[in-house]
Amino acid sequence: MQTSNSSGESMLAPDSAGEGALSRFRHNLRIRRVLQSSSVLNALVPYLFLLPACAIIGAFVLYPMLHAIMASLTDYNMITESQFVGADNYRMLLQDPFFWNSLKNTLLYLLVVVPVLVIAPIFLALLVNRSLPGIKLFRAVFYLPVITSLVVTGLIWKWVYEEQGILNYFLLSSGITDNPVAFLTDPANALFSVMAVTVWTGLGYYMVIYLAGLQSIPRHLYEAADVEGVSKWRQTLFITIPLLKPSIAVVAVMSSIAAMKVFEEVYVMTQGGPLDSTKTLVYFIYQSAFEEFEMGYAAAAGVVLFLLTLVLSLVNLFLLRKDR
Amino acid sequence: MKASPLAIVLRYFGLLCVALLTMGPFLWLLSTALKSGSENIFAYPPSLLPEQPTLENFGRVLETQPFMLYLKNSVLVALLSVTANLVFASLAAYPLARMEFRGKNLIFVVLLSSMMIPFQLLMIPVYSIAISLGLQNSYLGLVLPHACTAFGVFLMRQAFLGIPKALEESALLEGLNRVQIWWYLLVPLVKPSLATLAVFSFIAVWGDFLWPLIILDDPSYYTLPLGVNRLANTFSMDWRLVAAGAVFSILPILAVFLFSQKYFIEGAMRGAVKG
Repeated sequence: MQTSNSSGESMLAPDSAGEGALSRFRHNLRIRRVLQSSSVLNALVPYLFLLPACAIIGAFVLYPMLHAIMASLTDYNMITESQFVGADNYRMLLQDPFFWNSLKNTLLYLLVVVPVLVIAPIFLALLVNRSLPGIKLFRAVFYLPVITSLVVTGLIWKWVYEEQGILNYFLLSSGITDNPVAFLTDPANALFSVMAVTVWTGLGYYMVIYLAGLQSIPRHLYEAADVEGVSKWRQTLFITIPLLKPSIAVVAVMSSIAAMKVFEEVYVMTQGGPLDSTKTLVYFIYQSAFEEFEMGYAAAAGVVLFLLTLVLSLVNLFLLRKDR
Repeated sequence: MKASPLAIVLRYFGLLCVALLTMGPFLWLLSTALKSGSENIFAYPPSLLPEQPTLENFGRVLETQPFMLYLKNSVLVALLSVTANLVFASLAAYPLARMEFRGKNLIFVVLLSSMMIPFQLLMIPVYSIAISLGLQNSYLGLVLPHACTAFGVFLMRQAFLGIPKALEESALLEGLNRVQIWWYLLVPLVKPSLATLAVFSFIAVWGDFLWPLIILDDPSYYTLPLGVNRLANTFSMDWRLVAAGAVFSILPILAVFLFSQKYFIEGAMRGAVKG
């Protein structure tokens, strides 16, 4: 309210409650008058502010979304005239072993990667949540994989994973394995090797989210626990983890959406091989659309991906809300 | 309860282990990039440090691939996309935070739900839309899908909601119009959130691979990730060159990161709290 005085007119100090209310009323009246002047134009103002954002998001997200759903019901291929085929694409998907295989790989990805990415970054965040000399440097170093483009990350790891590579050297020389591990060329290992890269990239990202969560926990809770003589370990278990639940929910949703969308790592490191063992759902969509040009079929797989993402996010949010 | 010296030592040990995990692959990449052509990079046991460090691989990469052009493209696309996102997102956020109008809630919910839609579902129709708009092989085509994100609108709306209404009311009484209020009053007050958004969108655009991959077939528009991928396809056997190209593509974002490290991590933390 003080700022209204800056306009110069209502300089009379409100020395009683009545006058205060009166000047507030006058103030509101004037604001309304300003807002209502040239009302046709004023009514348009909010829409004009929204126009660029709505145009771009409409053209590149919402319209394509509808388009994708429509396309999934046709034999759209960008070459011949597309024909409406009803649910044929979906029926074909159900009978396509390659689709089931990629769906299986994606679900496996979720099952392994999401728990690791929900839990491990908590420890990282606890590790760097201390003001020690050099701690900011460590935070920055842990964040490095996040800023590196996934293509480059994939290439780096492809090189690290080489049969004669550095990782095998460490494994062999420390006696963990007797023979070099075929990380990317053995169908039994390849998917897990790719998963490790996804985890490596995500650690720093989710660490920062947890760090934000940790720093919003009131300090006095720990001080009280210290006074009561509660051990640090029990403090972590009974104060930190429960109060971190909102952050855990965010990380669970974000990491499962990210795991559903894995593409670059696969594209660069294995191209879906060996023997389709790393072909994820998105890689399947990419191949159907841009290598086999079956756009309608790929769109149907895309709709399935979207529905899965939606269901997964809702389940995640529901599970974590119920606990609160 | 003061932390014991042992606890501090253990903590540093843990920190160093994780640092080795995150830095190790980068250092190995750098070491490979600096190894000379006469050194066997598949030697066993592998030599951790180059015998005769040399920059010749970088020279050869620049000779065979227009990496300077890729760098220019990456910088241009990133600058344009981030700027556009900052402007458009904060424009759209203003009425959503501060004005009453018909359809406000509907627009907000639709924008918010668009965050849920994975790009991979959209890539096919977006591709055909971009083709029909003549956006193939153009900077505009690379920028437009990044030019405004629903996440940005959401983040900026939160920022505007935190500004006292009285400020804006007095500006209205002074006779400022909405655009002036937005630009002179509100935007300067939400600079921290703008920095956060800038960091997020910069990382996303700089590392983007899938969209440029499908919209470009002319290498003269390639951004660094595509350039590195092309290099890897051309010289799949010579890891020295691939490593040099990868190092070259990391250096710019590393420089930006070291320079504005504070904004990256604090910005990401702010985004985490609000998003």
